[in-house]
Order: sequence, then structure tokens, then C-alpha cells
Amino acid sequence: MTGELSVAMQPGRSAISGLLRRLPEQLMIWVPLLLAAGHIVSFALWTIWISFTPSTLVPVSGWVGLRNYTAVLATRNWQIAFNNLLLFGSTFVLLSLVTGLLLAILLDQRIRGENVLRSIFLYPLAVSFVVTGTVWSWLLNPGLGIEKLVHDLGWISFRFDWLIDRDMAIWTIVIAAVWQSSGFAMALFLAGLRSVDNELIKAAQIDGAGPVRMYRRVILPTLWPITITVVVIQLQFAISTFDLVRALTNGGPGIATQLPALVVYDLMFQRGLLGRGAAAAVLMLLILLAVLLPYAAWRFVKRRQAGHA
Amino acid sequence: MSALTVRDLTKKFGPVEVLKGIDLEIGTGEFIVLVGPSGCGKSTLLNIIAGLERQSSGMIEIGGRVVNDVAPKDRDIAMVFQSYALYPSMTVRQNITFGMECRHEPKSKQDAAVADVARLLQIERLLGRKPSQLSGGQRQRVAIGRALVRNPLLFLFDEPLSNLDAKLRVEMRMEIKRLHQRIGATIVYVTHDQIEAMTMATRIAVMHRGQVQQFADPDTVYRYPANLFVARFMGSPPMNTMRARLEAGNGGPVAVIGAGRPDEVRIHLQRYDAAASFVDREVVFGIRPECIAESSRMFTGAAPIIVSAPVEMVEPTGAETIVLLRLGGEAAMARITPDLRPTPGACADFALDTRRICLFDPETERLIT
Amino acid sequence: MRKLSFEPSRVLIYLVVSLLAAAYLAPLVVVVLNSFRSNQEIAQASMIGWPKQWAWSNYAAAWSGFCVAETCTGIRPYMLNSALVTIPATIISTMLGAVAGYAVSLWRFRGDSWIYGIVTLGLFLPQQMRLLPWTVVLRDIGLINTLTGLVLVHTIQGLSFTTLFCRNYYAAVPHELIRAARIDGAGFFRIFWRIILPLSSPILIVTVIWQFTHIWNEFLYGVTFTTGQQQPVTAALIALSAAIADIPQHGVQSAAVLIAALPTLLVYFFGGRYFVRGLTAGAVK
Repeated sequence: MTGELSVAMQPGRSAISGLLRRLPEQLMIWVPLLLAAGHIVSFALWTIWISFTPSTLVPVSGWVGLRNYTAVLATRNWQIAFNNLLLFGSTFVLLSLVTGLLLAILLDQRIRGENVLRSIFLYPLAVSFVVTGTVWSWLLNPGLGIEKLVHDLGWISFRFDWLIDRDMAIWTIVIAAVWQSSGFAMALFLAGLRSVDNELIKAAQIDGAGPVRMYRRVILPTLWPITITVVVIQLQFAISTFDLVRALTNGGPGIATQLPALVVYDLMFQRGLLGRGAAAAVLMLLILLAVLLPYAAWRFVKRRQAGHA
Repeated sequence: MSALTVRDLTKKFGPVEVLKGIDLEIGTGEFIVLVGPSGCGKSTLLNIIAGLERQSSGMIEIGGRVVNDVAPKDRDIAMVFQSYALYPSMTVRQNITFGMECRHEPKSKQDAAVADVARLLQIERLLGRKPSQLSGGQRQRVAIGRALVRNPLLFLFDEPLSNLDAKLRVEMRMEIKRLHQRIGATIVYVTHDQIEAMTMATRIAVMHRGQVQQFADPDTVYRYPANLFVARFMGSPPMNTMRARLEAGNGGPVAVIGAGRPDEVRIHLQRYDAAASFVDREVVFGIRPECIAESSRMFTGAAPIIVSAPVEMVEPTGAETIVLLRLGGEAAMARITPDLRPTPGACADFALDTRRICLFDPETERLIT
Repeated sequence: MRKLSFEPSRVLIYLVVSLLAAAYLAPLVVVVLNSFRSNQEIAQASMIGWPKQWAWSNYAAAWSGFCVAETCTGIRPYMLNSALVTIPATIISTMLGAVAGYAVSLWRFRGDSWIYGIVTLGLFLPQQMRLLPWTVVLRDIGLINTLTGLVLVHTIQGLSFTTLFCRNYYAAVPHELIRAARIDGAGFFRIFWRIILPLSSPILIVTVIWQFTHIWNEFLYGVTFTTGQQQPVTAALIALSAAIADIPQHGVQSAAVLIAALPTLLVYFFGGRYFVRGLTAGAVK
């Protein structure tokens, strides 16, 4: 049975007086919904439109075709940012998945102090990326943090200077991001592990499955849908990463840790190239869609199958 | 005066027609049960009567007033829901008075009404509790109390007993029936349970695929089901239905089950005049399980026909023994005395009560009358 | 509840878990310790170390002493800015989201699924797609570089999440409850106020915690739509790092970072259960 409560909302015979009587509720329903929906559609369309105009410091009308896009795509800044995104996105998602799953399985072993431990693995999520980035910039700073500590302890030749190494700096962002959000994967996996049907586990025990086989063959396969959800959400986060990099490396050394979100901000508000900035933002949206559309399709197919089953 | 009139009512959800022209005329003080399998449209019909959903076409009259476009609260109805729908954050008292509060009725009147209803349903002690602190049966009482306090023209019950366990269901069934007899309210009651329909209703409307198949008192529905659907839906175990051929015989037609087989069964139909026009044609032969009994059983008013039939399975229930047997090759169930346990695989003699036989037209599936 | 135990390897499990926990805690411990060390001490040794002398002065300096550019007000005005943005935006977006979620889940009206579909798209639209339009809108209505402007942005942005959270929660409310109330004569608002709202405290807590954490921690809008004295604390922290890069004051900075992170950390420790529920609820979109 659907919530077919249409009567009160339908204009009846006395449409106008009915509408007036229901004006307050209509306003309360429509104003927030239209604000939320309207700004999303109009803002997206407007930014897309700007990306086709020659706007620089202020938005202007006009049509330059794909020129903003070709200009952005041709810059080294964007190319580095895009490569970094691929590298950062894939390693970050993989590492936080693996870490999160490991943490979840460990916490699922009925260990003492589970609540305290879970709080420890989750607290970074409550902290802002700015704080995370700042703190890790200290820890990873060779003159201040871990490298300095090891030197002071006597191991002079120890080197851990990724933060100022052009080739390695991107990994510092991976480290901070995994630290911050692997707890999220853990929380979802743990919920998944806890919702595995207990009778399934009993059946496997009677079949003689040991703990390792139990996880590999019986429990982990049920976590597939959760894994995909985690991947999509983490990718979405990776694509829009901005604050973390601003606080940790500010895109440096040089432009070695540039990411698309920083390029957009730089073009729009530091170089005053609104058209190109908008084009870069639309490119970000396209990257996001490349992740979300297959996900949506997968969800759609799955729901169809469930519907036919 | 008619309490409720439904005329040519239809309801479509998109292309799907869930109600196809419903007509009902219900008198004041009647207890009408709408019964049918899930998806037959009975709950939709009830919701439309309540005004919670709108019909696609047709007319509804409550107490002589057309209410097609009247809001639920102004239809002078009260409703009891399957999940009870008690407001979880309110006490029992607040649940009962919420409707009066919405109508801005004075506090003194609310208190008096609550006191009356609470006494009637014996829920005085529960008035200060929240729904979560009540048992299933108590919730049910409160839900009924909330409806009673309204004193409406029409009570609507939407499967109110289906969330209760079997024992409580029987108790509440009797209680609702007693309540109806005491206050003489007009009730439309939806259920998928044919026993509830048989035990409570003054008239039953059997629904299937968006249509009323039969609208009559319980005895008529049980004895003269209008069609094969009703025959097979009402009664547990349901009516046995078998293919048969009608032949002319001395003193009336003869139904032959499994014609041509060595174990064919020939049954002389007494006082079944309408059957004459189906002589030499196929029919569907219907007989209630309680009309097939052990051979020693005496049926009042007519001599039984004794047949020998192979027994396939025996199910003792305590009060009776249910036997699955073959009549002329067709499966049938019999209800025999609990003292007998025929041996599966062997043949046994059974007595058939021929007065309660129903014949159906195999094409229209309608009762031949 | 699982009857799985690798008895011989339980020691290993505890060992691994403890090491990981230490790794996750380390940054917090380092910052807390540093907030009690003097700037000189940190400069001589490293960021990682036990305070030789516990210095409380870092907190005083961070709260109201140190200078960013020419203004020497410490972090206090920026904390106030963040509070003045976060609290109203959280409350308003939660209230509106609750009503909208209630309307979408329990009432049918023309175009509801369309509207709701678009609202959920808002969860995915990158902030970068909205920076320019918001700049234009805020400038046109005179709210650029004001806290009110930020409240407006966060309220409207937050509606997607709050509506979704509440809708999913209210979807589990039996429709019969609404039907019963309608027969009793209650209208849209009375049903919301008397029946739905009293059931809503779990989801309202989840939503408030989620919104508070997100808005407090937000940086991009803060740094784009406000400057100088109007900035929220996240933006101020970045400005602080940049301003004192020449003469490092890591003790004071550590204290400032801790103060800035404190509100959301407190919310997390006191509402942890609801915090996690919000995370998982947000994931099942």
C-alpha cells in the first residue's frame, strides 16, 4: 500500500477557498523544497553557462564555445591536478577500504573495550580537514615532526621528507586522508558485519568452516553492496578534496599536489578567470558523474532484479 | 434508512483498475464484512469510504448525504486500523480525546466521553499509559475506544485482528460482536479471514479482483456460493470441486464423476431442478467436506449415498478427522468422526449428503440455479 | 554475538588493535602536548615531545592574544563567528528539513517525487559548481562578507541532507497513523506538531549533530564569501598559519587548533552514538 493520501492536497470543487485555507501548509512544504531544488538546478545551469562565456573578473554574456575548456585542459596546472586526482583517489580509496575492513574485522572479534576503540578510530571524522591538514603538516614536516624526532633520537641518516619532495608530496595527502576517513569505512563495514544473519554463521559452523574460511566465504561476500557504497562516497570526497590540501601542502611544493578543486578556486578567485574557473568546475562535475552514473545504473539494475525476484 | 450507499465505484492506480464498479447498499445497524484475498481491493474500498483515498468515479453516500468530496473528518465516521495506529507519544486518554480536541470540544465533555468508553471497554486502569506500555489486546481495545468515543454514523474496521495471536483473536472477535449487538452500530469490517466473516457479519461481501462476487448473509454465502471463487474461498477446508458430467436419470439428473472410468461415481441429484438444463453437459460439481462423512453417519432429511473411495491421506485434528480421498479419480476432502482413522492406500465407504450439492457452469463459473 | 575466536591469536589481535589505536590517537596527543609547550622548546626540539614545563599561556595567547595581520584578537572573534553561523544555520535547516521530509514522506502531492529527486541531487553537486552563483546572489542581496550570508548559504545547502535524513526516518512511520489522525480531524500542521514531532527526537539529534559538525568544519564557503574579521574559525586557522610562517609559534598554534576543534569533538564525545548513526544514514542515500 502506498501512502496515497492525495485527497487533502488535491484541489477539490471549491479550489480557490481550499487553496487559501491550505496556504500556510503549502508554503511550508513548497518554500524549502523549491529553495533546495531550485538553487541546485539554477546554480548548476548558471555555472555551466558561464563556462561557455568569455567571463573574466565579472560574469559577462557571450559565447566562446569550448574555448574555456580547451584552455583549462591545456594548462600544466590542470594536467597535474588531474593526474594527482587519479593517483590520490585510487590509493586513498583502496587504503581506507583495506584499513576500514581490517579495523571492522578486528573490532568484530568480541574484544574488550570495543566502544573505546571504536571512538578512537572514528574521532578524526569529527575534526575539520583544516585541523587535520594543519596537524599532519607539522608531523610530516622534516624540520619539525617525525624526521626531526628520529634525528634527535640519534638516527641521523633517517629521511622522511615527503612533504617537501615533489614526487612524494601527494602521498602525505593520502596519509592524512586515510587517517581522517578510514573510520567511516570501518563504521559501515562493522554495521554490515553485525547484520550478517546469525543462522548463516551457525550453518557455516555446522558445515565445519573455520574462522578464516568463515570470513572469506560466508561473511565478507555479504559486504559487497556496502563496499561499493563506501567506494563511491570516498571517491566523491576525493574528487572534491580542497581544505585538506590547503592546510597540508597548499598545493605545493610548487604545484606538485595540485587538485582540481584547488585549480577551480585559483582560476575563479585568484586569477579572476571566471569562465575558465567555471569550465574547471564543470570538468569536476563530469569526473564525479563518471563515478556516480555507473553507481546509479548499478543501483537501478539491482532494484529491478529485486523487484522481479 | 440506508447508512451507506456505494454506487458504481471505480478506482484506478495509473492503468491498473483495482475497483471495477462496486455497488453496496448497507442498512443502519448492519455488520458488513468485506472479505477477500489480499489485493482484491477491499482495503482500497474501505479507504475510499473513509475519504482517505479518492475514487476515480462513482458515488458514496453516508447517512443519506453524498460525501464524494467531503474530507474524512467531516464524514461522520470512525476507523480502527490493522496496526491500531495509536499515537505513540500520547497517553491512552489523549489518544481517545484527540479527535474531540481537534474539534475543540469542551474539556468536561471530553472527560465524560472518555469515562463512558473506558467503562464500556474496561480500560479505566490504562488511561494514563502510553501505547508502548500496552499489550496487543489492550491496544486493540484502545483503538476501538477511540472510534467509539466519536459516536459516528459508520464504523470502519480495517483488518483489526490480524496482528493478534490466535487465542486473543477469538476473544476479540466475540467482543467486537458483543459490542455491535449492544450499541447497534453500523459497521463495515475488512478482513481476509473467512472465519471472521462467517462469525461476525450480518451480511458478507466477498471480493475478488476489484469486484463484489457475492453480497449476502453468511448462510447463503456458505450454502449457495454465487460462483466457484466464493465456493473455494469460504470455508476451511474449502468446498470440493470436481469435474462431472450430467446425465438424465430416473427422478432427476445424475452427476457422474470420472465418467467412463472403472471407479466412476454416480450421484442422483434430488431437488436440483435447475440442473435439468445441463443434462449431457460438463459441470463443476461442488460438495462441502462436511457433506462427505463416514458411512454410518445419518444426515437429517435425506438418505445418504454410500460410495467406496480410495483414501490417500488422513489428518486427525482432534475434533474430527480430515480424509483426503479420490472420487472418480478427483481429489476431495472429507470430515469424518475423530473415532475413525481409515488406512491410507485402502478403500473405505463414505456417506455423501446430497442436499447441499452445488453445480457450477464450467464456462461462467457461476452457480447453476 | 559471534562465537568466533582464534584463541591462540587473540594476543595478536589485541596487539594489532592497540598499535592502530595508538596511531590514530598520536596526532591528537601530539597537539595536546604541544599546546602546553613553549614555542622555544618546540623550536629547539621537535613537535613530538613531552613538555619540560607545562605552559598554560599558549591558551591565553591563542584565545585572545596573537595577531593575524594587524589585528591582535586571537582566535576568539573567529570562534564567535563560527558559532553565530553554525548555530542558526543548524537549527533553521533542521527545522525546515523536518517539515519538508514529513511532507515528502507522508503526504502525496503533485510533483513530489520530482522535487525530492532534485533535492537529493544536491547531495552530489560539488561545492565548486555553486561558488560563483552564490557569490553573485550574496552580492546582489548585500550579504557578501556577512555572517548572515553564510547562515543563508549553509541553511539552503543543508536542506538536501536534512530533508533526506528526515524523509528516510519518517518513511518508517506507519501511514495508518496519519490516516487515523486525519479521520480525527487533524490537519497538516497539527499532525506534524502533535504526532510526528514527538517521535522525531532521534532523527533530530542525528540531523543537528551532522549539520553542526559539517557547518562548523566547513572551509571553502567561509574563505570564499567572507574576509578578515568576518571569517569563520577554519578560515582563520589557515590565515594564522600563513601569517606566522616566518616566526613559528607552534605552541600557540597547537592551542588554537585544539580550541577550534573542541566544539565538534565535544559533540562527538557526547553524541557519539548519534554521530555514527548520521554517518551510516548519510551513506544509505
